[in-house]
Amino acid sequence: MDTIISPLFDVTRIRQDFPILSTKVHGKPLTFLDSGASAQKPRAVIEAMTRSMETAYANVHRGAYHLSEAATESYEAARIATQRFLGATEPEEIVFTSNSTAAINFVAHSYGRGVLQPGQFVLTSEMEHHANMVPWQMLRDANIGIGLRYVRVTERGELDLEDLAAKLADGKVGLVALTHMSNVLGTVTPAAQIARMAHEAGAKVLFDGSQAAVHRHVDVTAIDADFYVFTAHKLYGPTGIGVLYGKRKLLDAMPPFLGGGDMIESVTLERTTYAAAPARFEAGTPPIIEAVGLHAAIDYVTNIGMGAIEAHERALVDHAMAVLPGVEGLTLLGGAQDRGGVFAFALDGVHPHDLSTFLDRHGIAVRAGRHCAEPLHTRFGVEGGTTRASFGLYTTPEEIDLLAAKLTEARRFFA
Amino acid sequence: MSETGDIADLYSMTLRDLARDPAHKGRPEAFDATARGDNPMCGDRVDIYVTLDGDRIREARHVARGCEICQASASLLAELVPGRTQAEAHALGQRAGEIAKSGAGNDTTDELHRLSIFAVVHKFPSRVKCVTLAWNALDAALSGVKETSSE
Repeated sequence: MDTIISPLFDVTRIRQDFPILSTKVHGKPLTFLDSGASAQKPRAVIEAMTRSMETAYANVHRGAYHLSEAATESYEAARIATQRFLGATEPEEIVFTSNSTAAINFVAHSYGRGVLQPGQFVLTSEMEHHANMVPWQMLRDANIGIGLRYVRVTERGELDLEDLAAKLADGKVGLVALTHMSNVLGTVTPAAQIARMAHEAGAKVLFDGSQAAVHRHVDVTAIDADFYVFTAHKLYGPTGIGVLYGKRKLLDAMPPFLGGGDMIESVTLERTTYAAAPARFEAGTPPIIEAVGLHAAIDYVTNIGMGAIEAHERALVDHAMAVLPGVEGLTLLGGAQDRGGVFAFALDGVHPHDLSTFLDRHGIAVRAGRHCAEPLHTRFGVEGGTTRASFGLYTTPEEIDLLAAKLTEARRFFA
Repeated sequence: MSETGDIADLYSMTLRDLARDPAHKGRPEAFDATARGDNPMCGDRVDIYVTLDGDRIREARHVARGCEICQASASLLAELVPGRTQAEAHALGQRAGEIAKSGAGNDTTDELHRLSIFAVVHKFPSRVKCVTLAWNALDAALSGVKETSSE
């Protein structure tokens, strides 16, 4: 099948930006189809981090000397770049955490315990990554009177919006916490509509954008998200830094979670007054080099253009939808109307683990298991797990063709 | 055998026959001890059921939801442990784990020779726990623990 890819988007040239893509695995060219777990890094990110350590590194916000000032400047520049990337109103609305999981846990502790009231509920869904489910279960189990509800997922793998409305109807939900794109089904959720529904019911809304922010242009102001989280390492940046966007007035009303240096205004032996957001939430030495890497990653995808990336990935999704269902014995999980480049599937007669080892020996990296979404696998009756191929901006239609061919081969091998 | 381990070496006929062999599969009507082994990352799950004769294992059966290596390991366990004391069965499990981790499989005794089908697994490090899950479950069953995991 012919796949039309934007002429502005030269995937061959883009692949040259990623040193790892020219390596071989088991003597075969690497076909990396696990970007949904963590994406590979372009030279721009690698070099920016190296440069920072070689020329401009010291601790931030502390020293009145050149290097510390330079490091502080680049750390805060990363905050401004992130603000612009997400369409946030002010840089103070960007809190750096260690990853998406840490960001959600922070909201669960600070907003969950500090702002939500006994009798209120958190509303999440069946299709969440454990990172957006377990923190809310922990909050529910903390015996402070906060309950937990789940939105159902339809057979097509979409959020059941009628069920969402029904579960918001009594006005007792204080916070809606949903994925913006499923890491298993690829389903993109209608964030603006969800936010509107939540707000009409008097609830705030948090989106887990770990997958979505990588594949689409996200504008938190247009969506009217109250909180939005994503992580750098899935956006071609480094591990160790994640982002929490929070509306200024919400952050200002939230108590700190971690106490320590860098988050205080004044400390005496008797009491401490806290710094304003976001410093209040960034106790201790922050991920300084990682912030530089995140900044470089944002510049990298922004220069290519999120629109161009989205168009490229739409073409990949169309291609995968044309090719994968043709593999005998393959069943795709979910079939949402609006989906991104994540495909979890079962291959009849072949266990995901065995399949993943088989593909690995052909240089193809996929993920096998339940992808940190055990309830969703139970929901679709595949408790034993699935195999997942996920795409990045460097993925090509030829790689999807190779995957399909090797799936057919695997089925013969394990027959 | 190649440096990185050939797929065909891992999935030998012996291993695949064991994985499919129904001889030791299924929950028995009566048993003296049982435990469940879970691999939380991949979803593999093995239930082991044992009947005892004093300190000796009379019979072992399994219900495994897992990959071929996991099922083959559970079947081999059920084949090898009857007639052994609990300590001997535990030692055998330790040996299976060592063989899978290091590739050392030069034992000459028959039963250990059977375990050597897992020697190739050391070239597939992420699959070692597929071998050990059933044996962990056996240990848990014998020590009265109900659940264990591969982690």
